[in-house]
Amino acid sequence: MAAVKEVDRVRTIKASLKKQERQLFFRRFFANKLMVMGCFIFIVLGLIALIGPMLVSYDPYEMKVAERLNAPSGEHWLGTDEFGRDLLTRIVYGAQVSMGIGLIVTLISSILGLVIGLYASYYAALDHILMRICDGLMAIPGILLAIALMAALGPSPLNVIIALSIVFTPNIARIVRSSALVIREQTFIEAMHAQGASATRIIWQHIAPNTISPLIVQATFVFAEAIISEAALSFLGAGIAAPDPSWGNILQAGKLVIFKAWWMVVFPGLAIVLSVLGLNLLGDGLRDFIDPHSSGKKSK
Amino acid sequence: MEKKPLLEVKNLKTHFHTERGQITAVDGITFHLNEGEIVGVVGESGCGKSVMSQSIMRLYDEKYTAKYEGEILFQGENLLNLSKAMMQKIRGNDISMIFQDPLSSLNPVYTIGDQIRESLMIHQNLNKREAQQKAIEMLGLTGIPAPEKRINEYPHQLSGGMQQRVMIAIALSCQPKLLIADEPTTALDVTIQAQILDLIAELNAQLGMGVIFITHDLGVVAEICTRVMVMYLGQIVEETDTDCLFSEPLHPYTRGLIKSIPQLEGERLQKLYTIDGTVPSLQKVPHGCRFASRCPYADELCKEQAPELEAYSATQKVRCWHYKEILKKEAVHESSNE
Repeated sequence: MAAVKEVDRVRTIKASLKKQERQLFFRRFFANKLMVMGCFIFIVLGLIALIGPMLVSYDPYEMKVAERLNAPSGEHWLGTDEFGRDLLTRIVYGAQVSMGIGLIVTLISSILGLVIGLYASYYAALDHILMRICDGLMAIPGILLAIALMAALGPSPLNVIIALSIVFTPNIARIVRSSALVIREQTFIEAMHAQGASATRIIWQHIAPNTISPLIVQATFVFAEAIISEAALSFLGAGIAAPDPSWGNILQAGKLVIFKAWWMVVFPGLAIVLSVLGLNLLGDGLRDFIDPHSSGKKSK
Repeated sequence: MEKKPLLEVKNLKTHFHTERGQITAVDGITFHLNEGEIVGVVGESGCGKSVMSQSIMRLYDEKYTAKYEGEILFQGENLLNLSKAMMQKIRGNDISMIFQDPLSSLNPVYTIGDQIRESLMIHQNLNKREAQQKAIEMLGLTGIPAPEKRINEYPHQLSGGMQQRVMIAIALSCQPKLLIADEPTTALDVTIQAQILDLIAELNAQLGMGVIFITHDLGVVAEICTRVMVMYLGQIVEETDTDCLFSEPLHPYTRGLIKSIPQLEGERLQKLYTIDGTVPSLQKVPHGCRFASRCPYADELCKEQAPELEAYSATQKVRCWHYKEILKKEAVHESSNE
């Protein structure tokens, strides 16, 4: 009987410990106000991109010459563009394009970067080759490289994704490699060798999971940069081509009428600023949140 | 009746390529280990104990950093001739290793159950459920209470002693024939140390595996080893059974090590004995006897010519020019003291 009671007691203690742990997690999470804000902005923009098109009542492609360059009003909340299209609708559809491309670029360059970084850190010969290629790519300013690639590939959404993935993969590969180099010198990797684990197993089962947190942090920054770069490419006419909406090419159209229709530049510009700000705040916060050494300082 | 040797190391040399040329960290080691035997390897830091043990498992990268010479016969088969894949099968399955610092030897992102299961799944083709069963059994064997609960915990949730038990469970999970324990108790406090030593001795008796026990603690040697090798600067300077190590140490270095054990009895304000100097750099290995620069008995001969390892009795070997004279002198010295 006593034993049963003891077991129950231990169980309740364990449950309350778990609860405390969870509370601590949330408290730490919410203690970083800026990160919570970044997270919130990002989630709202993500939702707009996902379900926004269902909520807006206009067609992003339908031109109405009579209504061109209308100022924001009850009918067109953010005004209309030079072809009389509803600006809010175009920005919402543009969110899908801009954030979608950002997300895909982030995923592709994270996966490629992870593979390259891990193998480079493990095999010295491969390291020299891969890292020199990465150095070469990183030596060229990202946007210039992207423009050059777009000029070679021709403008299309797929090519934007390819070009930006090439630009951002070296970034991630560097980060992954540097943390993997630290991990591979740890005793537990040696212990795994002594247990007879194969190189593949050591790389993927034991080194990779330990590089994930810096990778995630870097990925949020890459996401933000990818959105800016896509907007810049589209602005320069090397990215998403009209009439498909993207924040960059709405901005470009707005540039021509900047003194007549301020809303054409302000709103897409705001969308870019907000998404990048949100992601950067999230990334900064995550860096502190994940790194156990900085938690003490930040909780003040 | 001679026991069958499980491991025979013949003239093993391990060279490392460094920026300042090649250094030889293990220089011509020959010894054997019988089945079910515990052999201790003692010596100061930097004398090649760990390099020797890792060389036996061929853990150094042979492409860029290390080169092995000699023979390592494990059950009659030369490990140095095996392919990488064959070696991988032997590691963890036939030969296992425990490291010094248990916390850094465990991967922080996996539960201990994951890590014990892993080597079972690599080597024994068990499925997850069987491996889980076996893992719990192994944890229980190492004396961890409530193993079926502990198995889902992460390394940082365990104490140092517990972590070392987990390491032992991992190392022994595939029932290896040879266990190399590289200072497994150094990072632990004394009571836990005693428990771990007992555990290793017990498992050695139960499972009948050979153990190479690396340590710099002579007390530990006295506790569990049957034979001892004393290493200095990459060479074996004395090989003896444990009783003789303390009753009749032959090499001046061994004498020094024994004298530097703090004594509980005797005068209070006695200064602790130390061996003068430090281990010379491997880059400039002395010409003659490697211990000559620190040896109180060294003379010209020692500085000129390196002594060979010679047999003193059936169980004792020593690498010294003057051990017989020293033995006599010390005997006189001690009897005059009494």
